Amino acid sequence: MTDLMVEAEGLVKRFGETRALQGVDLAVPRGTVHGVLGPNGAGKTTAVRILSTLLRPDAGSARIGGADVVRDAQRVRSRIGLTGQYASVDEDLTGRQNLVLFGTLLDLRKPAAKARAAELLEWFDLTEAADRPAKTYSGGMRRRLDLAASLVGRPDVIFLDEPTTGLDPSKREDMWGVVRTLVRDGSTVLLTTQYLEEAEALADEITVIDHGRVIANDTPDRLKRIVGGQTLEVRPTNPADLEKTGLILAAVATGGQTAEQTRKGVLSVPVAGDEALTEAVARLATAGIAVTELSMHLPSLDEVFFTLTGKPKEEVAAA
Amino acid sequence: MTAVAVLPENKVHKGPFRGVRHSLELTKRSLIKTWRTPEALIDVTVQPALFMVIFVYIFGGAVAGGTHQYLQFLMPGILAQTVAMGAISIGVNLNSDLEKGIFDRFRSLPIARSAPLIGAVLGDVVRYVVVSISTFAFAYLMGFRLHASPVHAVAGCLLAVLFGLCLSWALVFVGMLVRTSGAVQGIGFLVIMPLTFASNVFVGVATLPGWMQGFVKVNPLTHLVESMRALFLGTPVGDHVWWTLGWCAAFVAVFMPLALAAYRKKV
Repeated sequence: MTDLMVEAEGLVKRFGETRALQGVDLAVPRGTVHGVLGPNGAGKTTAVRILSTLLRPDAGSARIGGADVVRDAQRVRSRIGLTGQYASVDEDLTGRQNLVLFGTLLDLRKPAAKARAAELLEWFDLTEAADRPAKTYSGGMRRRLDLAASLVGRPDVIFLDEPTTGLDPSKREDMWGVVRTLVRDGSTVLLTTQYLEEAEALADEITVIDHGRVIANDTPDRLKRIVGGQTLEVRPTNPADLEKTGLILAAVATGGQTAEQTRKGVLSVPVAGDEALTEAVARLATAGIAVTELSMHLPSLDEVFFTLTGKPKEEVAAA
Repeated sequence: MTAVAVLPENKVHKGPFRGVRHSLELTKRSLIKTWRTPEALIDVTVQPALFMVIFVYIFGGAVAGGTHQYLQFLMPGILAQTVAMGAISIGVNLNSDLEKGIFDRFRSLPIARSAPLIGAVLGDVVRYVVVSISTFAFAYLMGFRLHASPVHAVAGCLLAVLFGLCLSWALVFVGMLVRTSGAVQGIGFLVIMPLTFASNVFVGVATLPGWMQGFVKVNPLTHLVESMRALFLGTPVGDHVWWTLGWCAAFVAVFMPLALAAYRKKV
């Protein structure tokens, strides 16, 4: 038995003239977080809606834990949890009523549904607000209630469609913590995001999609390596050594580039690979230059995205 | 292997009645929503009172030779009209609800697709019960008097409630077909309004031109009104109750599958 919890091959979806997906493949092993990264309109939400049985693909197929999302939709539904970009809870019901309703719809008996609701409300810090209508909740609280609602049935596979869009940074960190907990407890998470740092922080593997096509699929680290060289940064202990350090770095740099002072007292230079680090350390030692900081940096995912899509990130964020 | 099976067996419902149970849980959801937003019941409580005042005191003398006689004649008709108009709101509400995330949630759950629609329709029973009570209460204040036992009166009201429930499926269908809730309102009104006027709600059938009588005599509302008049005023019921029940069955048989099919297609 394959241990892929999410498998998709050649997913195609058109909405009239718009081709939302043009052959998307995905494979997510059990117990991992898979990030689907792309700008607005890239097809992320369409892919999630197909995988969660809300939409039928025009072509291609997908399976969740081996169950086909079209032919075996009810079985798929019994093992997934879906948290959309917009909170899908009943605004007129209280947080608790929402969770109990979803529990009973998942065939829990009343006491079990109530217990599960209380447990989730506690976990998501909503106990105090539990008996207020959801429409009185703040954006962050709604998002937490929505996530709680998707966890009522202890799903194996959890889809998080832009779970932190519109949340402030501290709330975003909280949400990341929740995702990590879920994965630690054995769930498989497929997460869409337009935040590059979010994919980098959470995902074991990232699929970058743009205009309904997969343009890259790899681990965050390898993606970054594919896209570009690395940067070597050195901070000499004595600022007087900056000039000598610069010469040494220029010697190990790619294509005769010179070192630049990116931060005060720190020199950086593009390098071809890990050997450059060893080389630099040896030369610095020979020259007797003491350093307080020496590090290799992969390019940021922002740069990855720029290289892959040919669009600057500003455009992505504004789209 | 499924997520639900992870839970201890005794905590999980089983058996063939899952669909019914899910629909009833969702009915409860509708009832909670109605309880939270009682203002949504204003149309069905104020409208019959308004119509009775307008028609009884303006047309009563001309149509029936006296306001009391006309009130006795009109009251069952107003109840039927309000129930029929009340059914429009379910189409409107469901149409706008579909746009909300909650329906995504329902559709991602392993429940029958029809359960949320059935729950919403059943939840509207409370509207029709409120209509019946408020129309009766206001009519009594205006001088309406029963000429039959309370059991008959209750039976008449139940018939109206059932009619509203079954007619709702036609409006749910419209709600699934068109894009905006405003359009549902418009279409609903265009269909229900002629039905209520080209009937025996306001005047006796005999006063109408012959070509119109043909329509009025098959109009489902005519049969509902005749049934209620007979039940409230203690006159012979004839076969109007059967006609009404037949229409109710027809509404459900035709429009429920259509509505469910349109719902599946829409989402």
